[in-house]
Amino acid sequence: MSATATSPPASGGLALGRAAYAVLLPVAAILVAAAAFAIFVALYGRNPVEVFTTIYLGGFASTFAWQNTLSRAAPLILAGLAVAIPARAGMIIIGGEGALAFGGLAAAATYLALPAPPLVVQAAMMFAAVLTGGLLIGLAGWLRQYRGINETISSLLLSYLALAVFHQLVEGPLRDPGSLDKPATAPLAPEVMLPAIPGTDIHIGLAISIAVALLAFAFIRYTVWGFTLRVVGGSAKVGRMIGLPVNRWITGAAFAGGAMAGLAGAVEVAAVQGTASSSLIAGYGTSGILVAFLSRQSPLAIIPVAILMGGLQASGSLLQRRLDLPDASILVFQGLLFVAVLVADALGQSFRDKNGGGR
Amino acid sequence: MTHRIDRRDLLALLGAAGTATWLGAGRALAAETPITVGILYSGSKQDYGYNQSHANAAAALRKLPGVKVIEEERVPETIAAQRSMEGMINQDGAKLIIATSFGYFDPHVLKIAAKYPDVTFAHCGGIWKPGMPENVGTFYGYIFSAQYLSGILAGHMSKSKKLGVVAAKPTPNLIRSINAFALAARSVDPGITVQVIFTGEWTNPVREAESATSLIDQGADVIACHVDSPKVVVETAEKRGVMSCGYHSSQAELAPKGYLTGAEWNWVVPYTDFLDRTRARQPLEHYLRGGLAADFVKTGPIGAVVTPAARAALEQTRAKLISGETVIFSGPLKDNKGNVVIPAGTVHKENDRALDPINYLVDGVTGQA
Repeated sequence: MSATATSPPASGGLALGRAAYAVLLPVAAILVAAAAFAIFVALYGRNPVEVFTTIYLGGFASTFAWQNTLSRAAPLILAGLAVAIPARAGMIIIGGEGALAFGGLAAAATYLALPAPPLVVQAAMMFAAVLTGGLLIGLAGWLRQYRGINETISSLLLSYLALAVFHQLVEGPLRDPGSLDKPATAPLAPEVMLPAIPGTDIHIGLAISIAVALLAFAFIRYTVWGFTLRVVGGSAKVGRMIGLPVNRWITGAAFAGGAMAGLAGAVEVAAVQGTASSSLIAGYGTSGILVAFLSRQSPLAIIPVAILMGGLQASGSLLQRRLDLPDASILVFQGLLFVAVLVADALGQSFRDKNGGGR
Repeated sequence: MTHRIDRRDLLALLGAAGTATWLGAGRALAAETPITVGILYSGSKQDYGYNQSHANAAAALRKLPGVKVIEEERVPETIAAQRSMEGMINQDGAKLIIATSFGYFDPHVLKIAAKYPDVTFAHCGGIWKPGMPENVGTFYGYIFSAQYLSGILAGHMSKSKKLGVVAAKPTPNLIRSINAFALAARSVDPGITVQVIFTGEWTNPVREAESATSLIDQGADVIACHVDSPKVVVETAEKRGVMSCGYHSSQAELAPKGYLTGAEWNWVVPYTDFLDRTRARQPLEHYLRGGLAADFVKTGPIGAVVTPAARAALEQTRAKLISGETVIFSGPLKDNKGNVVIPAGTVHKENDRALDPINYLVDGVTGQA
């Protein structure tokens, strides 16, 4: 993902062309995907206009629709950051699912182990989740730098491992004896649960996610450390030449990514589920990969992209109920979007290369 | 307006006259009220299994006059479940929500039910407790009774006297079913043994196929299954030329040669109960359970391979189960480690809550719970 490193300012017309491409290409990609989806639903015997109207109604047309969209978006922001941050250091991490489950489990276990005032418990739960998720994916970064193991494969395998441990603990030592047919940890006391954002039905996890995404953006964009990270991600060789501790930077970026997924797990437990159970493993980690790639690994762009994804999920819900479309239809639309954006990205890349690069 | 007052008075009068008439009258009056029912599934409606058993009931509801059914499949047990239920209420005007996955109950159904006290929520598998919202009802079927009948057929049909079971997780519900299946087969022939493999997941087609293959390799000639979608297990058994017993909905068409029968849900019975009560604005049943007698569960189509003798034994046993002459979990009963788990003289009927936390496999079953 070194291709996504921000370019230094270019001069005159080139900069203008670049900006136009940065906006026009994704828009064109979305239009192409929408057109392809229209053909798809028409072949399925549905009126495309009706389908797009329903998508709008389901995700974006009312206060209820927006609350629906935003509460679905919250976990996707953190899951997206879990992929995007390591990507800035040149890694493709796909183990978010396991790190999320691990984080949720750590949060639930911390609650069980720590009798303290709610605020302390909540903070400790978040901390434990960040640490656990971070260590899991940090290990993938460490293995890459010190043992030469591909981080994509190792993060996926570590994720499987984490999920197996998760099931073992939730169905074994940490199981609440009261959870008979659906093994889960003992439920959180109501006062420990995270509240909703005042005036809405959306849990505070959305605010946390957006704040973390903005922090990550500011860190990468405006700090010396962020610049260092981009240098390391752009070229480890250059980083070494100028004396940067590249191994530590890359391991650290992997840790930060895992921490994001872990935090997402803790939020799921503390704001939605109230327990750690197999319900945590709902595919957020996988969706995060999609969100991060659609955002071109930018922490800022992740926010609107996650909201778009949340909106599409909310729409998919209404599409099933109103038009009897199969649930997979909205996945088809997501898939088309993904492919179109990747193609647009590749086109943009070749444009930049033709104009003498910029890195 | 006058009409409504009349009806209320009438209901009160009939209520005093007796519950039976009351229910009958409620049903007749309720049939006029149009209603929208929202149903959520955690998996695909065409999974040849658990979700399909619910979708079949939904299709039956759809045919009733005045009933509009809206469905949503593959709804994860996350905030998505809460939002989908709310969407059904806010966007489609649903007055009855049927949540079919175990994991929807706590916190999702409980939370949304508290927020919409005018809507009835029916959850499959949950256990309502005092203090939970009054508009929540739970329902489930004593499927182990139907599994017992499958066990009778398996016991009669097996030649190798070895039965195999592919199961998901050792949860009490599955353990009750496995035990009932084994007890039935061993009531036919005490020499029969049952080997069970737990895959550890509700759906894992690869491991299910491997487990079925391994059981067949070890000599089992009937394979039963307790997984969300029995398709793979039944198909594997058919391909290997052994017999199979299904679960949830009918898999008969997948195995025309070796399918014996299946333990099937008949969800339309509890669905209709909640529907009628919601329409008639009657108090709902918080803990609705039923077995063979109440028609909540049933035996599926009987395969062509089944001999007349085995079929007769099944009918006989069914009658005895319904009359209460046969009680599946009755002492003396030993677990597979030799401990007496139900002493002589003790019987646990179908609806005995003492069976809720069951965690042992009975004598004759190989495997670890």
